[in-house]
Amino acid sequence: MISIRNLSHQIGGAPILTDISLDLPRGKISALIGPNGAGKSTLLSLIARLEKLQGGSVIVGNLTVGSCSNRELAKHLSILPQMPDQVPRLCVRDLVSFGRYPYHQGRPTADDEAAVEHALAVFGLTGLAKRSVDELSGGQRQRAQIAMTFAQDTEYMLLDEPLNNLDIAGARSLMALLRDLADNHGKTIVIVLHDINYASRYADWLVAMHDGQIAVEGAPAQTVTSDLLRDVFQTDADIQHIDGLPIVMV
Amino acid sequence: MRSRLIWLAVILCLCCIGYMTIGARGPLSFVIPFRGTKLAALILVGFAISTSTVLFQTVSQNRILTPSIMGFDALYVMILTGAVFFLGGMAFVGLSDQIIFAVTASAMTLAALALFSTLLRSAHSNLMRMILTGIVLGALFRSLTDFMQRMIDPNEFSVIQGASYARFAQIETDLLMIATVVCCVGVGLAWRMRFALDVMTLGREAAVSLGVDLRRTQMKALVLTAVLVAVSTALVGPVAFLGLLVVSLARLVTPIEKHGVLFVSAGLISAITLIGGQTILERLFKLSTPLSVVIDLLGGALFLILLLKGHRR
Amino acid sequence: MTRWYWAGGFALAFLSFISIFVGVIDLSFGDLWRDPEALRLIGISRFPRTIAAVIAGGTLAVAGCVMQMLVRNRFVEPMTAGTGQGAALGILVVTILTPQASIFLKMSLASVTALVTSLGFLAIVRRLPPTQPLLVPLIGLVYGGLIGAAVVFVAYQADLLQFISVWLNGEFSGVLRGRYELLWLAAAGAALTYFAADQFAIVGMGQAVTTSLGLNYKQVVLVGLIAISLISALTVVTVGIIPFVGLVVPNIISRLFGDNLRRTLPLVAMMGASLTLGSDIAGRLIRFPFEVPVGTVLGVVGAAIFLWLLYRTPRYA
Repeated sequence: MISIRNLSHQIGGAPILTDISLDLPRGKISALIGPNGAGKSTLLSLIARLEKLQGGSVIVGNLTVGSCSNRELAKHLSILPQMPDQVPRLCVRDLVSFGRYPYHQGRPTADDEAAVEHALAVFGLTGLAKRSVDELSGGQRQRAQIAMTFAQDTEYMLLDEPLNNLDIAGARSLMALLRDLADNHGKTIVIVLHDINYASRYADWLVAMHDGQIAVEGAPAQTVTSDLLRDVFQTDADIQHIDGLPIVMV
Repeated sequence: MRSRLIWLAVILCLCCIGYMTIGARGPLSFVIPFRGTKLAALILVGFAISTSTVLFQTVSQNRILTPSIMGFDALYVMILTGAVFFLGGMAFVGLSDQIIFAVTASAMTLAALALFSTLLRSAHSNLMRMILTGIVLGALFRSLTDFMQRMIDPNEFSVIQGASYARFAQIETDLLMIATVVCCVGVGLAWRMRFALDVMTLGREAAVSLGVDLRRTQMKALVLTAVLVAVSTALVGPVAFLGLLVVSLARLVTPIEKHGVLFVSAGLISAITLIGGQTILERLFKLSTPLSVVIDLLGGALFLILLLKGHRR
Repeated sequence: MTRWYWAGGFALAFLSFISIFVGVIDLSFGDLWRDPEALRLIGISRFPRTIAAVIAGGTLAVAGCVMQMLVRNRFVEPMTAGTGQGAALGILVVTILTPQASIFLKMSLASVTALVTSLGFLAIVRRLPPTQPLLVPLIGLVYGGLIGAAVVFVAYQADLLQFISVWLNGEFSGVLRGRYELLWLAAAGAALTYFAADQFAIVGMGQAVTTSLGLNYKQVVLVGLIAISLISALTVVTVGIIPFVGLVVPNIISRLFGDNLRRTLPLVAMMGASLTLGSDIAGRLIRFPFEVPVGTVLGVVGAAIFLWLLYRTPRYA
């Protein structure tokens, strides 16, 4: 479980997050949704210790972010940042291998290599293993990066808007993969999403943010309502229910 | 605006008087022609540099570039060195300075056209790459110059040594006659272009729709820039950031987008900087550092600030 | 990959062999047996000179490679982005304040000023938008030029111009036994960076990835900057500024073999050494018996390759 208590954050005097307390369930996919500037990415960065905590606490499993060792946390928590604009000239296998760095610190063992091969296989990258990352398509690149995060083999995985560069096929197969990681590998996944429908379809738990605060949280069936759309997203749209799942008629 | 220009002219006059009188020893009949020619050369250089910079900034549509930054004066020195290198110093010494100047200046103009016209056209698509190219080209020219200088016999070397570094204190007065003529013609032609240049500051599209022949104007401006840079480099050597410094100052003093005003104020400020700076640094403070180094420092800092200002995150 | 290591090693050995036998004093292979003077000449001048070129070139290429990872931009290198000029400033200041200072003191202070100027460069780069990758090398060149102008200014005031011309344009003709040994420290520094090669490769993927993999980003960057500054300072103190090696070599290697530094750093070092040694040999031969400084040769060759790289890689270089 990730427990967040009384988290506040400011950037240059402007409040980004105000007094957030939140528990994200273990072994599930939680999606952070909300309009632009709601503070979703900042919250994710704080959990991942990419930004320094200013006030409040974050506990991941039994590790307290900020006081536990960086390397230790790296074995329990990984983050897939928004895709960098400059892609390294590494072959896919080398990139994925770097995911094992927290364990081997530069001297990979047979176990590490097996983990890398496994990650390549899970993400269907075995055939591309020798290709350079900068020659891949956006979707393949994204998969390679997620494979690296997967190879890191952490219980908690954070993903910041991973669907940004993907077409519908790529986005769906990625979400299905995450679903599989949560259901069959026991991963706890926190993901920032733009599209409510993807969140509603694939996530177990939704956290809607607005102006640096939590507006609503809960299972998709209870949270995605016309109230949410009106109050948080400032838009009026119909909601239809298909197989019990709320779908926003965009 | 007019009163500001008059003030600048008055300051320039004061600087000239200071330059002529402070620390002068010996009979007036010696001092006046001796310092007078240098003064004339400095004024000439001042106007050549400011005019070429204004022209270049307008056709490249940005305010952080100068011909020097883009390697124009390095190109001139390289061509001069190349001439000595390939023709041999002996043949060179036989020629008069005027002919050498005319030949190298023409070669410089052609080379500048060939190199920078394509580069300029890419400016609007990728300005950073163009500036970077210019700076690296400048470095390349300087290294090539150094290279050729080392290949030349030490005796021949002295022919060109003077042109390789900036020196406002010792000016090549031999060239003053031809330089005056070329500079006056160049500045005059630039002055005649002032209205077309005003239109160009509105942007490419606006200029085209207002009936300005973009490529012709650009070419003309580039030729004038090359010629004026040749004049100033022949007289005092490469000047690095002087153009940037004085034109940026001119834009502060006379903040108006009219080339009729900008040419005058930039020219006056440029001459003031050279003559006043020379007088103050070397005659009053007895600083051993030449003015060119001080200008390099100030101008370099200004360039860095301008670059950063345009691109803060 | 091993094949390429062999090729690089062979090229370097070949160039070193040539370097030993090329110079003003005529020396042939057979002299080694016949003439005791020949061995003395090699021991005092040719061998030190060859080693100096190999170490300076190799370490500068490594430093350039590390700097490109830290700044996340392929068009920077210490000798044109202020680190080398900072080192020159440091030497100059020590020379003025305490002319009798030992070479070791000079080197230490030069390393400190080089570190300060590189930190300054990094601080500036941090504020630049990531959408303008070419702004970084541009700022670097201007920043380096500015510090260079400051060096010239101070030198004029202190009447030390002839000193700085040695530091600002590198050459190996002054390298003799007893005057180059500090460079071994630079070699040691570059060798140490090899142990952190993975960490620099990770830092090259950005702060988020670095942190996520459990590394302390700031610490790795600082270690890298210290290594770069040390290498630059030692090079400037012993042979002067050698431009462009650190820029073009890592680019070419990265183009051919990618960015896995653990595998490519040895190649970077070998190619940097070969390029520098080759340029030095060329400088000795072109205008025999006079010499063209290696800084000038590389100024021409390096700038030309730089321009080529600039136009080969349109944007996301």
